[in-house]
Amino acid sequence: MPDRTKTYDVLVAGGGNAALCAAITARQAGASVLLVESAPKAFRGGNSRHTRNLRAMHDQPNEVLTDAYKEDEYWDDLLRVTGGNTNEALARMTIRASSGVFGWMKDAGVRFQPSLTGTLNLGRTNAFFLGGGKALVNAYYLTAERLGVEILYDTEVVNMNMEDGFIRSVDITYKGFPETVHAKCVVASSGGFQANLEWMREYWGDAVDNFVIRGTPYNRGRVLKNLLSQGVASIGDPTQCHAVALDARAPKFDGGITTRLDSVPYSVVVNRNGDRFYDEGEDVWPKRYAIWGRLIAQQPGQIAYSICDSKAFPLFMPSVFPAFKADTLEELAVKMKLDPTKVRETVDGFNKAVIPGQVFDNLKLDGNATQGLTPNKTNWARAVDKGPFYGYPLRPGITFTYLSVKVNEKAQVLMDNGQPAGNLFASGEIMSGNILGKGYLAGFGMTIGTVFGRIAGQEAARRARN
Amino acid sequence: MQETDAIIAARREMEICNACRYCEGFCAVFPAVELRREFSAGDLSYLANLCHGCRGCYYACQYSPPHEWGINVPKALAEVRAESYAEYAWPKPLASMFNRNGTVVSLMTALGIALVLFLTMTLNSAGNFFGAHGTAPDSFYEVIPLWAMQVVGILTFGFSLVALAMGVRNFWRDAGPKDSIGPIAIAIALWDVLTLKNLGGGGNGCNDNSEAFSMRRRYLHHAMFYGFLLCFAATTTGFIYHSFLGWPAPYPFISAPVLLGTVGGVLMLVGTIGLTAMKFVDDPMPNVRRLLGGDVALLMLLAMIALTGLFLLAVRATGAMGMAMAIHLGFILAFFVVLPYSKMVHGVYRSAALLRRAIERNMKPLGGE
Repeated sequence: MPDRTKTYDVLVAGGGNAALCAAITARQAGASVLLVESAPKAFRGGNSRHTRNLRAMHDQPNEVLTDAYKEDEYWDDLLRVTGGNTNEALARMTIRASSGVFGWMKDAGVRFQPSLTGTLNLGRTNAFFLGGGKALVNAYYLTAERLGVEILYDTEVVNMNMEDGFIRSVDITYKGFPETVHAKCVVASSGGFQANLEWMREYWGDAVDNFVIRGTPYNRGRVLKNLLSQGVASIGDPTQCHAVALDARAPKFDGGITTRLDSVPYSVVVNRNGDRFYDEGEDVWPKRYAIWGRLIAQQPGQIAYSICDSKAFPLFMPSVFPAFKADTLEELAVKMKLDPTKVRETVDGFNKAVIPGQVFDNLKLDGNATQGLTPNKTNWARAVDKGPFYGYPLRPGITFTYLSVKVNEKAQVLMDNGQPAGNLFASGEIMSGNILGKGYLAGFGMTIGTVFGRIAGQEAARRARN
Repeated sequence: MQETDAIIAARREMEICNACRYCEGFCAVFPAVELRREFSAGDLSYLANLCHGCRGCYYACQYSPPHEWGINVPKALAEVRAESYAEYAWPKPLASMFNRNGTVVSLMTALGIALVLFLTMTLNSAGNFFGAHGTAPDSFYEVIPLWAMQVVGILTFGFSLVALAMGVRNFWRDAGPKDSIGPIAIAIALWDVLTLKNLGGGGNGCNDNSEAFSMRRRYLHHAMFYGFLLCFAATTTGFIYHSFLGWPAPYPFISAPVLLGTVGGVLMLVGTIGLTAMKFVDDPMPNVRRLLGGDVALLMLLAMIALTGLFLLAVRATGAMGMAMAIHLGFILAFFVVLPYSKMVHGVYRSAALLRRAIERNMKPLGGE
């Protein structure tokens, strides 16, 4: 039960990584803290429960990271994926702070995989949580409980009562019942709005019915919308979201990592009409999977089909759903409810267009291309001719939205007039658009959440106790 | 292995794990999963016996219940493991001993004690059985002749060792690798067995009843296992003393057999009682409830062997010695007989699975980001 008579030093709205980092830091600084998580306990942790690692700057190898990953390289990577849609001061501050989070995380119970195991090509830039994001979230909740953070599950913030940039009280629903709680400072760490399909529909229309939400169904953006309606400044394109291609058989919500599909670079991809629509071999998959979410969202029925033969099948990670499999392309097309004649025609046309005599190498951009097609495939183009044939249906999978509240380097939320709100801070996805206005960098969401969570917790505690 | 519901369920879970791989740092199971894209029944039996049941993956899983996929790897693998014990049992007709294993082990224990008591009392006069023998040499054998102990012991234990060996052979054929066994693989497997490295959630311990990690189970198992080995060493030392050095039992308290046996017995008691207690406070979700009976029956049998051994030491100079020894030997007889048809088999199959894992240690994971 929330204590209606008490004025907490800090109220944290949200229950994922950013919220927990804020709550634990504020509590460690001596503040009394109430954390309000809209999910039930079993599904606590927001999208953090689906994450796996954190991107961290480091000048030399450490227990969990190999080699070095310095500020300028990190910044270059960020600049590239965002296309300049970032705030250099905030970004560089976040990058620098990322090198110093390990000690604090370990003290708070987070465990890491040793650097030599795990996904090797990310072992230099990203520190992997032992057991993944849910294990991290579990560790933080245990620590928060031990420190005396009060935690309410099934509790949603519905309205922050704001006067002149100052939050007087917070209306919540506690297990469905309306309550009002008081806190000297508030940290908003309640994520984006990608699970709010009605809000998404405003920008995407009925295509949202064919979207898969990769993460938690609890990121409904209620706090975000509430704050933006009360004069809080926004940043980030509201119409944009991070969308990847994933297996169309994924559950509507919470399918997480296992629904991803890496087959595209080694496949021919057609839409519902059996037509190819984009260069499948443009670049390595980690650099292209996010583009494909948008591409498929623009196809009729927001669906596409990746078709490969038995030469290509062993080259990519298994999806959690079994591939459609058939001895002939026609049978495969029928199984996937595509027009068999049309698919045959497209694949035959593709096979004829493959420039012969090239050496295939799946480990690099091999330049194996087709000629005379619109569009051409520019790498890993090989005839799809060796049965059995395999197919996967693909849909856009939404990771997160970019629309955010605007913040400064102290994690203070800024009002439309440019002034910081009196007692409101933000961390995590709800403010990540300040730094990550476009694209994505693996593990960077957790970096922003951790760095800004700690700053927000520190600043909120300081303000509350002064 | 037969294609059963448990196998089908475990295969589905392993395919999901293979697409996720977040748990690869916890134990040997997940790196072994990553070497495969398809899971035969034999593969699943191997993975099931590789799983130590630390539950780290259950608490870390984003798909565990109430998620619609309901992934519960420790439980799914425990189901397969239980079926594998029956599958590999030798001789085959005795496989049914693994059904209602708790009842079977308990009944055999009761029969073992009754048999030894009955025979001892039939073969001895009441005066001899209940008499105080002091600690004179050979006093034990005045109640039960040494030859009788040795013949029964060697026959029952010997048969059990053969049955265990045949079981491992069946496992190895079903799930075993094609590569040959090298000394390094053996050394690695032995280390894993002796340290229970994989019962440690990547070094942090098990999740007993919450997300919190604890080394309790690992330490209790160590106490039981090493206590058992010390008791075995005590018996072996006694045998050497008697057969080769001509020193008959009983031995004074400050002697190798008694000291080894006493320390071993106390450790076994601590381990078995602690592990039994944990069965009742652990989170039941990642457990298979119907296997609890067999687990507890074996733990209690081991505890009673240790307890009656210590009791025998305490009363060996009194008139209760005959009775205490008969009961102690009754428990040991029961243990020898049920050995290949009890939870004890987990030790040999898991060791074999760890050896297989050590053999394939240099293989590269399939797929990857």
